[in-house]
Amino acid sequence: MSINQKDIQKIAYLARINVSEEESRILETKLGSIMTMIDKMQEVITDNVEPMSHALEVTQPLREDVVTEKDIRGNALELAPEVEQSTFIVPQVIE
Amino acid sequence: MINLSLKSLNQGLLEKKFSSVELTQFFLERVQKYNTDINAFITIDEEKSLAQAKYADTLIQSGKQSLLTGIPVAQKDIFCAAGWRTTCGSLMLDNFIAPYNATVIDKFNQVGAVNLGKTNMDEFAMGSSNETSYYGPVKNPWNHDLVPGGSSGGSAAAIAARLAPAATGTDTGGSIRQPASLCGFSGLKPTYGLVSRFGMIAFASSLDQAGPMAPSAEDCAALLNVMAGHDEKDSTSINHDKEDYLVNLDQSVKGLRIGVPKEFFEEGLDGQVQQVIEEALNTYKKMGAELINISLPNTHLAIPVYYVIAPAEASSNLSRYDGVRYGYRAKEYDDLMDMYFKTRQQGFGEEVKRRILIGTYVLSAGYYDAYYLKAQKIRQLISNDFKKAFQQCDVIMGPSAPSVAFKANEKKSDPLAMYLQDIYTISTNLAGLPGMSIPAGMVNNLPVGLQLIGNYFKESQMLNVAHAFQQETDWHQKVPKGVI
Amino acid sequence: MEWDIVIGIETHVQLRTHSKQFSGASVAYGSEPNSQACLVSLAYPGVLPVLNKAAVDCAIRFGLATDASIARRSIFARKNYFYPDLPKGYQISQFELPIVNHGKLTIITKDQEKEVRILRAHLEEDAGKSLHGIVQGKTGIDLNRAGTPLLEIVTEPDMSSAEEAVVYAKKLHELVQWIGICDGNMQEGSFRCDVNVSVKKKGETKLGTRREIKNLNSFRFIKQAIDYEVNWQIETLEDGGKIDQATILFNPETGETRAMRSKEEANDYRYFPDPDLLPLEVTDAMIDKIKSTMPELPATIAERFEKELGLSSYDALELTSSREVTNFFTETIKFGSSAKLSANWILGSLFSQLKENDLSISSCPILPAQLAALIKRIEDQTISNNAAKKVFDALWQKPASEIDGLIDELGLKQISDSGAIDQIVDEVMQTNISMVDEFKSGKDKAFNALVGQVMKASKGKANPTQVSEILKKKLIN
Repeated sequence: MSINQKDIQKIAYLARINVSEEESRILETKLGSIMTMIDKMQEVITDNVEPMSHALEVTQPLREDVVTEKDIRGNALELAPEVEQSTFIVPQVIE
Repeated sequence: MINLSLKSLNQGLLEKKFSSVELTQFFLERVQKYNTDINAFITIDEEKSLAQAKYADTLIQSGKQSLLTGIPVAQKDIFCAAGWRTTCGSLMLDNFIAPYNATVIDKFNQVGAVNLGKTNMDEFAMGSSNETSYYGPVKNPWNHDLVPGGSSGGSAAAIAARLAPAATGTDTGGSIRQPASLCGFSGLKPTYGLVSRFGMIAFASSLDQAGPMAPSAEDCAALLNVMAGHDEKDSTSINHDKEDYLVNLDQSVKGLRIGVPKEFFEEGLDGQVQQVIEEALNTYKKMGAELINISLPNTHLAIPVYYVIAPAEASSNLSRYDGVRYGYRAKEYDDLMDMYFKTRQQGFGEEVKRRILIGTYVLSAGYYDAYYLKAQKIRQLISNDFKKAFQQCDVIMGPSAPSVAFKANEKKSDPLAMYLQDIYTISTNLAGLPGMSIPAGMVNNLPVGLQLIGNYFKESQMLNVAHAFQQETDWHQKVPKGVI
Repeated sequence: MEWDIVIGIETHVQLRTHSKQFSGASVAYGSEPNSQACLVSLAYPGVLPVLNKAAVDCAIRFGLATDASIARRSIFARKNYFYPDLPKGYQISQFELPIVNHGKLTIITKDQEKEVRILRAHLEEDAGKSLHGIVQGKTGIDLNRAGTPLLEIVTEPDMSSAEEAVVYAKKLHELVQWIGICDGNMQEGSFRCDVNVSVKKKGETKLGTRREIKNLNSFRFIKQAIDYEVNWQIETLEDGGKIDQATILFNPETGETRAMRSKEEANDYRYFPDPDLLPLEVTDAMIDKIKSTMPELPATIAERFEKELGLSSYDALELTSSREVTNFFTETIKFGSSAKLSANWILGSLFSQLKENDLSISSCPILPAQLAALIKRIEDQTISNNAAKKVFDALWQKPASEIDGLIDELGLKQISDSGAIDQIVDEVMQTNISMVDEFKSGKDKAFNALVGQVMKASKGKANPTQVSEILKKKLIN
């Protein structure tokens, strides 16, 4: 399965990463060879195999419904690139 | 002092031969002296380290110390440490001062160990040579023209050059074991779920595990005692009974059944490395172990499967790096979309972007079944291979890496060639099994690592088997020339 | 051209828990921005989710209340997309294996019962809030709400009118409050509906392209939005146009819907099982435990009201519209007033007073005991129904009053002494000979006029039943 320019544009869009034309050309080759390697998977038949998500037969632990976290706003806002009135500022969101 | 085991260092502290402050200062000086050359550390904070050392000394004074109290440990810069810059080797987090401690860091703090500094690593743990770091490549202390392996290259170089007596790393596809092999020391990746991932910056969630890196298996056991344990903040953390990994080190390996997978000795393995491994296996035979030929038939699919699952999970895990709440944000942008696109283009390096794109692709509409789902199914097959093998043997052995350390820039522009470095280690992560690498010999004066793979939660046995080898041989005590 | 309307509804219900879905941060409403955003809410590097037990319990309750099947094993999945109020760049939700499947909710419209099939209900987390206007041309993100537990309830496209959609939404709104999983506060965003609307030519089996109206948080908006959208779709198709699948927003000010600005490929969510969470196991023991704490459901109680108390199905339904109303009713009749009259008074006078004063029944100034006492005085003929209304109004003004005291104060005691009534009837018959003659010559209406006169003469106090009886007797003779 080869990846073409259109594919690269689409996935770059989904991943929100700018890819220049030159980068896109380089990627086409590099990702192409990676995908060829990945296609080796199709060699083996897996019709009756269950996908493995976790090594051991474990199930989700449940947390008691209590408030344990305190206000860390001070620190959080300090780490942010742009804040105003205790909110994280970004360019206007248009719907 | 640089060749003292953790046990001996502990002894020294107890006997007041030196204090933790002195010990820490000693290693900090070594770091100051040698780090410019090998670039093993990204962040050093002498004030913080010494403050911890002072605290450790009070613990020792009042008799409240344990084995790791007062011992300086180099921390891979993937662990969030409160108040410490935590970069994960990336420009994305260049200005990120972690607001909390990873559970692993907490555990070290609780026993009074000292954070010696944050070590260099491949960006977001993606790499096998420590050449993708924003902070520059790490050099192999055995030969500065060569790579130390990755992604835990900084911790690896720190151990090899004895800039620290102990270090932590993480292993998603071999990132502890391969550098351990290339740099000549002992490294362990625990069973998935044994060590908490809370606070460990995520790469591939179902594969990542933190582990110890130190000269000897015994040292690793001491470190694992601190690191292991159930954490309710990590849903994937296993509720396993607490073990003392030092207790069974000295068991005999007579009668031990060692499985040798034929797939680990096929084309791609350097002939001289193969010789070293075979000799190591012979040593075990002499110690009374039995070598059994086994097969892990789906080994050749491990890399394709890994390079679907790991990038897929990574592409999602790295979506939070968007310049909104912390970390890097592009300086100029026209609107929100532009901010996202530019921030992520500028903040991430090439390999990271490549893997995010692959990951996005294999999860995208129409491709999920053929790629991600398929990979998870083959993962089951790989896991089954091991289950079958462990019916015939107690531990599996083979090479950790297909070659010794290679030249810097040699594989940098060929992702596939780089990925092949992990050919023997990846299946262990896919199955969630514990694995180790210990020094087994030299080729052209460069270290070669022997890989051990144990069954689930058999770290104690694996460490015992490794320790036995280290009683018979002294490869793990070899230090690069020029390291004084 | 006749058209069929096809509607499906996805409702996001904020669950009544103390802490968030995947962390121990508080979910209290109205706090200072980002004061309830913990490490996990902020999606710092390295943080991990741990599931809230109470949220799971809520989902199980919902499954039990809607006759659904509760999955013994369900999986959490990541829904990947970029938005500033979505800190991780993905929402943890459930995709292929949700916790609740195949339930139903019965609604009544135009006296017809209809079963709306609930395809599934799954657990997920809420996003943060985007605040506009803090800085010109910029948006401020508040992550207090990010991570709040949600149950997303999805119906099959079973509704065929705006009316049915609203009735369903109201019924669901009542139910989630009834079983205690949601506070139902729509202004605070506890209950939000996305409505999928499509149209097709009458009788056509193939469904039309649907458009999704997002985030409707009032029943009035639901109706307005659907009406507008249906109109728009029909007009578009009748003009020869085509409907494209779209996500749309309703503007309450203009009453119009419009498509959101987003590229076509925008919504490839790339769902995959979240590797940070393990499969959720629900055991029989867990379900049994929750079953034992479930309140009786409104439908069961309504049936009992009909069968055992002889109430009409409409009254039974209305009296089981909320636990508070049901409790008020059952408390009232405990004091001995009849079910029928109690129902009438609660659903009539009480409800209208509450509505006028914008009060909920839990803040009703009149207590069940008092209402019962009032009704009993009607039943024992102490006062007439009309008089009771006056007492009720007075009681509303002075809630602490005793019923008998008020009756005396207002002088509303009914004249039930047949002798006294007899006298008044005689007097009226004597002074209204023409009416008597009219009645005797066949005009039945004259009877009511005479009754009226008697009531007037007694200043409304005569027992109307007795008046009718006595008057009838006298007229026949």
